Amino acid sequence: MAPNNKISKIQELVYEIRVGEVMKKDVFTVSPRTHMSVLRVILKENRFSGAPVIDKGELIGIISIEDFIKWLAGREEDCPISEKMTRNVSTLYTDEPLTNAISKFDQHGFGRLIVIDRYSKKLEGILTKGDIVEGLLKKLEIDYDDEESRRLRIQHFFEDISADKTVLLFQYDVIGHDFKRAGECSSRLKATLKRLGLHPQTTRRVAIATYEAEMNLIIYTDGGHIRVRVEPHEILVRVEDSGPGIPDIEKALQPGYSTAPEWVRELGFGAGMGLNNIRKCASKMDLRSTAGKGTRLGIYVSVEDGAGCEAN
Amino acid sequence: MKLTELVQKLNLSVRSAKGNLEREITGGYASDLLSDVLANGEEGNIWITLQIHQNIIGVASIKDLAGIILVNSREPEPETVDKAEAENIPVMVSELPTFELVGRLYNLGVGGTKE
Repeated sequence: MAPNNKISKIQELVYEIRVGEVMKKDVFTVSPRTHMSVLRVILKENRFSGAPVIDKGELIGIISIEDFIKWLAGREEDCPISEKMTRNVSTLYTDEPLTNAISKFDQHGFGRLIVIDRYSKKLEGILTKGDIVEGLLKKLEIDYDDEESRRLRIQHFFEDISADKTVLLFQYDVIGHDFKRAGECSSRLKATLKRLGLHPQTTRRVAIATYEAEMNLIIYTDGGHIRVRVEPHEILVRVEDSGPGIPDIEKALQPGYSTAPEWVRELGFGAGMGLNNIRKCASKMDLRSTAGKGTRLGIYVSVEDGAGCEAN
Repeated sequence: MKLTELVQKLNLSVRSAKGNLEREITGGYASDLLSDVLANGEEGNIWITLQIHQNIIGVASIKDLAGIILVNSREPEPETVDKAEAENIPVMVSELPTFELVGRLYNLGVGGTKE
């Protein structure tokens, strides 16, 4: 067989994971003065297969179900645990890698190992082979999830494209007065930008501005289009409708100015803050409107600005 | 403070995304104007409002809010619950009015966005 120098993920993990990470922390302990007849009840009721024996805070031995069976088979009289326990306890330190624990299990054939702190020597937990398997599986699951979400994100998407100019275009169609689907376009756009691996702040600024623009289309117009142009350095959201248009843009841009009907305001919209919010999120905004004809709004968010504060 | 603790301490009824209550709350924001929340709410905030229509979920999702508490025992509309489940955003109901609820939140150590 050819020598296999490849180190498997499991091999890597048993060096990486520490005993303290996978051990069971809640350990049931017994006193050396407890009688074997009492131990019988404890083991039976809790389904333990053994317990560390602690005296004045210190680990002095371990009593297992094997010790108990031996005592039963010998038909001896009741006695304190201290007379029947195993005194030479094999221990592990919390900061040891799992590989040490595995070789100890292999060497001695123990069912469980007591875990203590390297410096204080105090009991910290108990480790079984099952805990090791469980710990490895959990760690593998976490790594697998990370890997999966990384694949989902097309990170460095633009860097992978070789061209003198790269432009991505998305279009969303907004139906006027359809409050049930309000916000859908901006949600879809947000998810798309997220998958492109854009900075979260940039994505959020574009999403907030687009949401406000989408709401304006829904509240005031019969519908329109949102076209998004994504370039490596800048995102341009172009919003277009065919009426009714804004008679006085200056006024419309004033915070708190609104022409929304009462029922729209009751829903929490139409507070006269939409265009203002858009302006706050944008690096540059361009608004043109002709009464009776329609409105064109351009929202520019530069990728550099986007990484800064969203509410400046 | 986590949402689970709020649910327990303020006796809130959870109406959606019951599996997403482990998030750490960054603070709170109270408003019934959606644009106001979009402008001033912060990521991870708990939002206190009396609006119960489904557009509150869109706002919470875009701002990455931790969850929404509806005041005065106002129940979310069925579409709101559906959308909240789809977006995995916890919507909770409190029997308290906004003023009392915000007071309790402050007592529990949940602050506002201007501190």
